[in-house]
Amino acid sequence: MSRDLVTTTEDGLWCEAGGFHIDPWRPVDRAVVTHAHADHTRPGSGRYLTAAPGVELVRLRTHAGAVVDGLEYGERLTIGGVQVSFHPAGHILGSAQVRIERAGEVWVVGGDYKTGADPTCAAFEAVPCDVFISESTFGLPVFQWPDPEKVAAEVRAWWEGNAANGRTSLLCAYALGKSQRLLAGLLDPPGPIAVHGALDRLLGPYRDQGIELPPTEYASVEVAKEVRGRGLVIAPPSANGTPWMRKFGDVSTAFASGWMTLRGPRRRRGFDQGFTVSDHADWRGLLGAIEATGASRVLVTHGYVDPLVRYLSEERGLRAERLDSRFEGEGDGTEESAVSGEADGPVAEPVTGPAREAPEGRS
Amino acid sequence: MRRFHGLYRTLDATTRTSRKEAALVEYFEATPPADAAWAAHLLLGRRGRRAVNTRLLREWAAEKSGLPLWLVEESYDAVGDLAETIALLVPDQGSVREPEGLAEFIDRRVLGLAGLEAAAQRELVLETWADLDAGERFLFHKLISGGFRVGVAGGLVARALAKVAGVDRATMMHRLAGRWDPTAAAWEDLMSEDEGGDPLRPYPFFLAHAVPAEPAELGDAVDFQAEWKWDGIRAQAVRRGSETVLWSRGGDLVNGGFPEIVKDLGGLAPGTVIDGELLAWAGDRPMGFHELQRRINRKSVGKKLREEVPVRLMAYDLLEEGGADLRALPTTERRRRLEALVRAAGLPRLGIAEVVEGDSWEELARARSTSRQRGVEGLMLKRRDAPYGAGRPRGDWWKWKVDPFTLDVVLVYAQRGHGRRASLYTDYTLAVWDNGELVPVAKAYSGLTDREIRRVDAFVRRHITDRFGPVRVVEPELVFEIAFEGIQPSARHKAGLSLRFPRIARWREDKSPADADSLDAVRALMGDPS
Repeated sequence: MSRDLVTTTEDGLWCEAGGFHIDPWRPVDRAVVTHAHADHTRPGSGRYLTAAPGVELVRLRTHAGAVVDGLEYGERLTIGGVQVSFHPAGHILGSAQVRIERAGEVWVVGGDYKTGADPTCAAFEAVPCDVFISESTFGLPVFQWPDPEKVAAEVRAWWEGNAANGRTSLLCAYALGKSQRLLAGLLDPPGPIAVHGALDRLLGPYRDQGIELPPTEYASVEVAKEVRGRGLVIAPPSANGTPWMRKFGDVSTAFASGWMTLRGPRRRRGFDQGFTVSDHADWRGLLGAIEATGASRVLVTHGYVDPLVRYLSEERGLRAERLDSRFEGEGDGTEESAVSGEADGPVAEPVTGPAREAPEGRS
Repeated sequence: MRRFHGLYRTLDATTRTSRKEAALVEYFEATPPADAAWAAHLLLGRRGRRAVNTRLLREWAAEKSGLPLWLVEESYDAVGDLAETIALLVPDQGSVREPEGLAEFIDRRVLGLAGLEAAAQRELVLETWADLDAGERFLFHKLISGGFRVGVAGGLVARALAKVAGVDRATMMHRLAGRWDPTAAAWEDLMSEDEGGDPLRPYPFFLAHAVPAEPAELGDAVDFQAEWKWDGIRAQAVRRGSETVLWSRGGDLVNGGFPEIVKDLGGLAPGTVIDGELLAWAGDRPMGFHELQRRINRKSVGKKLREEVPVRLMAYDLLEEGGADLRALPTTERRRRLEALVRAAGLPRLGIAEVVEGDSWEELARARSTSRQRGVEGLMLKRRDAPYGAGRPRGDWWKWKVDPFTLDVVLVYAQRGHGRRASLYTDYTLAVWDNGELVPVAKAYSGLTDREIRRVDAFVRRHITDRFGPVRVVEPELVFEIAFEGIQPSARHKAGLSLRFPRIARWREDKSPADADSLDAVRALMGDPS
């Protein structure tokens, strides 16, 4: 086999034959992006290509005037010496796996993906390939997601219980993807729903594409009065514990994340309640997706890389390798800073400082 | 079992004291005596015993979940808690069977487990897994590994129990102190209107708060009796009838580690209770806590250890004399009696914490500045007219510790944490400069806010330059100020020294790595005991 179609460089994943980067973490000439989360879509690149349903979101996450092109799922485009197409990753609206083909050899960059049901985006599609690049954020068997409908029922029961006790329900979730998914599970809400500004502006692209969400209102001072003691407020996790919360009176707080399956993060976060909801594949989801691609070689990145590599090699007989990257997956905090990033306005966690600036500053 | 698990979940999930207390009261009011006794026993953190070998537990979990054993170990490594890891790995079997009540559950499946052969243990554990959901399995594992803990302070449990029994909190704390078995009868005693229970029970310890930044806020210095604050094990010596026992603050009997002291105190009159500090003691000064540690948790102490680590009890306070409870007397009066008693007893292993003279905060501060030379931690301040309280009420007892040493150090390695912090990089190795190289001097875990921890975690993930097993080498960019209590020479550390109780004081975002301290500066601190 000739040289690897996709390699890692200081700037991120690089496809030399096509002359483009995939989800680069520094500005490059040509960026192919899998989805609009801030750790995958960064501002400053010359031009962006992403799956058509995600164009609007990617535009919101890049610099003003950025050139963002869209390509329908499944449609093929020749870039340099390769053929590129996007296929649903089931992660968030517009999220895609990137299929790259050269002379009959097929690579698929999975990006972030999940295999479970999600009414707010197209379902994950297994794409046959020779080499599959898989994330491993939750790549350990302790991560097994509960039935989303059961969790939606828990959220509703929590909300109703709070309302019965005259408390406002403050549900924290990442502004892009998770929040909309939670909303979609509450189509027949038992009370009014207010949303934090960070996600209010991210609801438009969903509704524009016909994704059904319950009625929501921006959590202004007036709306806060209306929801106080009975309504649901959805906000990014960084809003928890800030003065912004005060306008809702007595609140019960909850956090929705895959990490909530673990007691440590549940306790550390200081929320009254944790709901296990993730936009990443759990252990079985990862194994199922990898198997469905039929790939004989799997490159693992972002998360619990070593255990997944060893399991795939020893138990599944695949050629599995670590795809080294400077960026090591998502802790239960990075996910937040990466996603809330620049979008949260005044209550956002200050994610400046060394954690974010250094990668850009060094060269 | 199911109800206790519900209580556990509530206590575990909320940080609000009022909600915890309400949940405790609600539980205890509606629970049969035998179950309630066990619940109180567990919530008060009384030590359980390991009922099963955890290696076997891991093997059964691998078998039941169809995973290779190494993956069970990897999962444990990531989660940081074996009980939780196995609870998550073992598949739910959709049980509908309501597990028995707490006391019966513990009797059959926890205490009963210990006496079985491995094959029978396996059968019982597998059967129990099938009967429980993931949350209950977690609790079960905690119980059989002897590691049950819950985030609720003993004082809060005592308050809830006091409410249920209709007595005041200090009375309940006294009833809870000492030995009692988790039985229905013990529960009836706790709830009863008259006194009973262990004749050797200690009094609840009186604990001090840290002095505010400006000690003058406490009022006039002359209103306080100052004593040296020793760095050992706080203990209560109870001499009643023909017996002498030493209780630790955690409610453990520690007689085994200190036989000479127990023997010595036999010279006191029955009906005497002394509050004090157990110390490793050579000549006229303490030997350092690491020596004392060799005495802790021992059933007996051999001749060699007795000679190498002599011990004594440094008396702080007199709580009972001639069988009479003295706690309501003012500090000055208790002190007068304590001095007379210690002097009259003339026991070689019973010392008395010296009173430090000083009529102003300035004078006391001067005395405090000599703490390190004396081998003490600082000063204890006791309001002269105050009674001996129960627990940690604010106002009468204060500890005024010496200021820690500090250094500016650079983050060089990071590792994932355990337990609460299992998913984040929270264990840091910190270094100082030595001839242009960074040499590790300390590992530190605590001191940052949760928010800062998440930011450091994000930094680590983006700046990894190398990996050694679980250790990540990161770009040397972040500077922290660490505080620590002392420096000891150490051949085991590359720097040739080790720091005592290092923790992160703050993140120096204003400093660059070049501004960090040097190894020479650390050596200079070691040479300077002040």
